[in-house]
Amino acid sequence: MSFLTYLINGLSLGSIYAIIALGYTMVYGIAKMLNFAHGDFIMVGCYIIFSVSGAIGGGSTMGVILSVILSVVLCSLLGITTEFIAYRPLRGAASPLAVLITAIGVSYLLENVALLIFGADVKSFSSVITWQGLSFADGQLRIQGVTIVTIVVSLVILICLQLFINKTKQGQAMLAVAEDKGAATLMGINVNKTIMLTFAIGSALAAVAGALLCSAYPNLSPYVGAMPGIKAFVAAVLGGIGSIPGAMIGGLVLGIVEILSKTYISSQLSDAIVFGILVIVLIVKPTGILGKVIQEKV
Amino acid sequence: MKKFNKVVSAVMASAMVVSMLAGCTDAASTDTPDAKTDTAQQTNNSSDSGATFKIGAIGPLTGGAAAYGNAVCNAAELAVDEINAAGGINGYQIEYNKEDDEHNAEKSVNAYNTLKDWGMQILVGPTTSTPSIAVSEYTKADNMFQLTPSGSAVDCVKYDNVFRVCFSDPNQGIASAQYIADKKLATKVGVIYDSSDVYSNGIYQKFAEEAKSKNLEIVSAEAFTQDNNTDFSVQLQKAKDAGADLVFLPIYYKDASLILTQANTMGYTPTFFGVDGMDGILTVDNFDTKLAEGVMLLTPFAADATDDLTVNFVKNYQDKYGEVPNQFAADAYDAVYILKQALEAKNVTPDMSISDICEAVKGAMVEIEAAGLTSSKMTWDASGEPNKEPKAVVIKEGAYVSAE
Repeated sequence: MSFLTYLINGLSLGSIYAIIALGYTMVYGIAKMLNFAHGDFIMVGCYIIFSVSGAIGGGSTMGVILSVILSVVLCSLLGITTEFIAYRPLRGAASPLAVLITAIGVSYLLENVALLIFGADVKSFSSVITWQGLSFADGQLRIQGVTIVTIVVSLVILICLQLFINKTKQGQAMLAVAEDKGAATLMGINVNKTIMLTFAIGSALAAVAGALLCSAYPNLSPYVGAMPGIKAFVAAVLGGIGSIPGAMIGGLVLGIVEILSKTYISSQLSDAIVFGILVIVLIVKPTGILGKVIQEKV
Repeated sequence: MKKFNKVVSAVMASAMVVSMLAGCTDAASTDTPDAKTDTAQQTNNSSDSGATFKIGAIGPLTGGAAAYGNAVCNAAELAVDEINAAGGINGYQIEYNKEDDEHNAEKSVNAYNTLKDWGMQILVGPTTSTPSIAVSEYTKADNMFQLTPSGSAVDCVKYDNVFRVCFSDPNQGIASAQYIADKKLATKVGVIYDSSDVYSNGIYQKFAEEAKSKNLEIVSAEAFTQDNNTDFSVQLQKAKDAGADLVFLPIYYKDASLILTQANTMGYTPTFFGVDGMDGILTVDNFDTKLAEGVMLLTPFAADATDDLTVNFVKNYQDKYGEVPNQFAADAYDAVYILKQALEAKNVTPDMSISDICEAVKGAMVEIEAAGLTSSKMTWDASGEPNKEPKAVVIKEGAYVSAE
């Protein structure tokens, strides 16, 4: 019974990693850049929800929906702006490291601006999910509402993204850009616009992930997105970075591994184990669980 | 990659600290001789005019930690006024002065020098640990007696001229175990602590030692780190499975608020017991204080206690400063009365030199038994650490209530 409880705890943690990893992998898959500021877009999304629902008197369903929608919209705008100001000018840079370092810079910039505006004090986030969840075996086994919602939302996002990429013109354009930017331009695809759209979607996903992250773990601080962001990156690599179903699987596996190693090995060693897995995956199967080996054409 | 970045910033930060420290040492070596002559003159001055003890207090009166410094400086002033009204110490009145240090080590040293220029003979303060450690280097050099009401870091009292009123950080672990065992709050105890934090780790180690001698059974001791402080489901589940009916949380309120939320979600309702790091849980923005109902924390002072001393203190403090005093205020109020008792025990007079006063008070501190707001019986050993009965409060309906 207790094993099942731990498994469910792992599932709730994993579902959060999965939904963050979806945004990571989406941006990487198309724009071929690691947006290390993704975790901080999540933090921005959380603060927007916190401020808006505080301002219009949170608790009401309308207030919650409104604040989440506003957070999604503002995060998309933030994603587009960041891409336009910080990443686009570096896209042609000789080394792909330039844009990577810039992303880290953006990450710290966002954290420090949040620190300036909201201060270092933690704020308690009111969950956007009021449903208590399911309980089995006389309440001994509980699955929290936020866990179920997170998994459902992740699945919905997964399906929508797959449909969008494979069935729409814009999605096909994204695939083309991912494959070869130069050739895509020659085919009449507006690369800048396509990548901008990718960032808009990726950042919107960050806002959704933020709402769910802070509902599950309701402590809001400027660093709330940093560590989950890194773990989600590991999850994305584990599942095969660039692969959308891979991010989902990677996230769930990582969450379960983390909780079980905390339980049965040591509560202090779990991070070492999680990052150890990253190293092993990179050595043994660099493409991850679902990643495809793509011949890079020069 | 981010880790790498953290390392880089850590290295840069430490480089800056080192250069700042270098700055400090320079300042120390140039300042001290001048300051010493100042002191000598001041002492002469005060012996000329005779008749008053000069006690100074230092604390953050502005900035983020201002609540602590104001509490200390106000309460010390209140105690001084009371003592003066009642005839002073050994028949001599006290002059009192305070300086702001903004919870900054360098500014605290400046504040100390300002007070010394004014003629301070005994220092009550600084309020917070880091400034307290910095200033103790100077009081040591001057051999001035220093009594910090609330500097709780171990190093605050590393010199023999420094004593404190509050428990040291790790000693809160001992006090907590004693309290839990003496009040029979539980027999099976779970602990969740932050292994990446000196404060939390230190308290836990001392708690575990004392628990063993008090026959408290620690059924689960689970750690977390600052990099892994969002999910506490495992730590809580283990405590629950092990049958812990009290969970000891020697951590800061930020992580504790998350633990309380998650325990509530999983339907686990042991007694949660915290130390001074828990103080502040009710101030977390938007936190549902119902979750903290029944949480106990070790603290020397509860403003609602009904003994005469506390009732009078709270009333006078409120009349004068318009707010309910906190534990820092109580520590500082006690500090001044402890000094009075020590000075009287050795018949100290204000015309003695700073160093002679220090030696006399040091001798008195290990002999006296003081009674005050924070304990009815306090004694000290030469290390400067207090021995006193631990006290706790319990949170009821969003407020601290004495647990006695």
